[in-house]
Amino acid sequence: MWKWLHPYANPEVSYHFTGKLIPWLSALTALFLSIGITWALAFAPADYQQGDSFRIFYLHVPAASLSMGIYVGMAIAAFTSMVWQFKLADASAAAMAPVGATFTAIALITGAAWGKPMWGTWWIWDARLTSELILLFLYLGVIALHNAFEDKNLAGKAAGILTLVGVINIPIIKYSVEWWNTLHQGSTVSKLGKPSMSIDMLWPFLFCFLGFALLVATIICIRFRSEILARNSIRPWVRALVAEHLLQEKNNAV
Amino acid sequence: MPSANLSYRAVFALVLKRDLTIALRHKDDIINPLLFFVIVVTLFPLGIGPEAQTLSRIAPGIIWVAALLATLLSLDRLFKSDHNDGSLEQMLLSPQPIFILVLAKIVAHWLITGLPLILVAPLLAVLLHLNEQSYGALMLTLLLGTPILSLLGAIGVALTVGIKKGGVLLSLLVLPLYIPVLIFATSAIDTAALGLPYSGQLAIIAALFFGSLTLAPFAVGAALKVSTN
Amino acid sequence: MILRKELHDPNQKLTDKHPLDLTTYNVNRHLDRKNREIATLPVNPTTNQAKPLLSAANLTCIREERLLFDQLNIEINAGDIVQVEGPNGSGKTSLLRILAGLSQPFEGDVFFNNHAINTCKEEFHQDLLYLGHLPGVKGEMSAQENLSFNLALHGANDKEVNTEAILAEVNLTGFEDSLASHLSAGQHRRISLARLYQSKARIWILDEPFTAIDKQGVQALEQLFKVHIAQGGCVILTTHQDLLTFAPQQVKKITLDYVFE
Repeated sequence: MWKWLHPYANPEVSYHFTGKLIPWLSALTALFLSIGITWALAFAPADYQQGDSFRIFYLHVPAASLSMGIYVGMAIAAFTSMVWQFKLADASAAAMAPVGATFTAIALITGAAWGKPMWGTWWIWDARLTSELILLFLYLGVIALHNAFEDKNLAGKAAGILTLVGVINIPIIKYSVEWWNTLHQGSTVSKLGKPSMSIDMLWPFLFCFLGFALLVATIICIRFRSEILARNSIRPWVRALVAEHLLQEKNNAV
Repeated sequence: MPSANLSYRAVFALVLKRDLTIALRHKDDIINPLLFFVIVVTLFPLGIGPEAQTLSRIAPGIIWVAALLATLLSLDRLFKSDHNDGSLEQMLLSPQPIFILVLAKIVAHWLITGLPLILVAPLLAVLLHLNEQSYGALMLTLLLGTPILSLLGAIGVALTVGIKKGGVLLSLLVLPLYIPVLIFATSAIDTAALGLPYSGQLAIIAALFFGSLTLAPFAVGAALKVSTN
Repeated sequence: MILRKELHDPNQKLTDKHPLDLTTYNVNRHLDRKNREIATLPVNPTTNQAKPLLSAANLTCIREERLLFDQLNIEINAGDIVQVEGPNGSGKTSLLRILAGLSQPFEGDVFFNNHAINTCKEEFHQDLLYLGHLPGVKGEMSAQENLSFNLALHGANDKEVNTEAILAEVNLTGFEDSLASHLSAGQHRRISLARLYQSKARIWILDEPFTAIDKQGVQALEQLFKVHIAQGGCVILTTHQDLLTFAPQQVKKITLDYVFE
């Protein structure tokens, strides 16, 4: 199995491989998102209690679960890098962090926006929103640590350790926040209350979810490629690419 | 072959003794975080108002948050000066296991900063009109909880010790990790105030303590290797 | 100094030209990058019969996007004294830190007795004495306390050690009980160098050991190095002045130079 993976451990190979992947990924993203969003906003039925404001759910829930998923992805990358000294894994973790933070922020903002019509206030210390907020702090910590190091390799290793510590803590934090929330029941309103989603809501949701997941994959691929370039700027193949690019620009200018 | 067969206990004692000696000769490091702890706690009644009922309601939270911040403030001393004068490199290059070295330093840090906090806490509890039934819970949670703060904090310092302006970054890295301890500790104190058993919360804090005791030194060791690179 | 023209031309291989001015006999390098990738096993890069005490293969070091050295191969045997030369910022300290295992090279490996150092950390550390730029001396402790802690940490047996005698060797008699914060930089350096007199480690890696040391002190140290290599140890050091009491052919040199981009 590892033999099969080996060529992709080469930065040049993975740079070109992801380059070929991006058009496909972005086409699929466009397809799924356009179908999903149109369906969700225009055709899916409104919620019988919440009316149209419920439709923000099609963005909020995918963003929230992707924000968790990306952190787990980062942790897997950090683990791979630490155990097998696999430098590209650091590059991929570095590519994921800002995307994850953005989706966490989207989940928080949409959560707050959804809360306004439902609870009449922008913020409630709801267990899910609170753990999402803490997740955002964890992401920001990883990004800040990454930026604090001059050397990209060291930055990757340090951020990797923090990510692994974070991923052990996430379930503990999540559990403790949920427990804390049930303890102070006073202000809580169960947001989703495990709704049995009807089929005509489920399908657009699945499309939206897949669409956003593909969007994440596309962005991460693009960022991953630039991380590879930044880390290998001294390599001849990167220099060749840059020279080619400059030549093209010159030709275009003429 | 040179003999490096110090027992783990001897290595632990060696480093612990060294760190305690240094701290006792440099007392500011012990006193300043403690003063900070006291001052932060006294600011709350001034900001909120002196009503005994309000204060006793929020006392557990205030004491614990102040303890978190005081620990955070004192964390830097754990590795910073050793990093700046080169002793840290020498420790990493010694034939002794890093786990033991790190653990000894963390224990020393707790003895220097955590223990004094626990001793002062009842005094502050009086100032904040903490419910009389809660004193035991306050002491027990601090006793079990402050070592966790030192252990998790050590990871943060180890990661930021090589960075020039690591202070603010450190709080960003460490404070989110402190949340579970804060939640369970304050809840135990609140529960005690109602006269209910709080052994459940204590058990969870104890679990967190043993978890971080076994895992944190490894993370710290790995982080120190990155930081001294 | 060598101008790295090839780096301006991206079509050329990074390693087409000799990147470093390597004047030592035992520093060589593979000219073909492909060869290096085929030879994945950490085999001894030169055909020297003796088992080298410390060796390095294909070391490449990049700092702040600057190539400090590329594809460096080093072999150090028992009885060698190796001087790393080069102007400021040429990577001397980086090389020493990589050899000591404190820093990770961008590429390449370091071997102790032909085992990669991260696989035999404990044995390697027992046989290694590294002194960097920083003396590792705590101002809050006395000279004697500092020395005995450093010795104990590195495995010296308390009962065998006479710290007073060792401090006398480095001219610190009378300062044993002074707090290190009251001593000068040169005296700090002496406290850290005092470990050499008690060391059983065979590999000494010393970064600028003569800084802030007076003439007599330098001579005493050189004498110590002679005894050490005669007993089968090796010394790797950086220094700006030449070693005075060693014949030039005795000292092996690794010369690092700027690599211009």
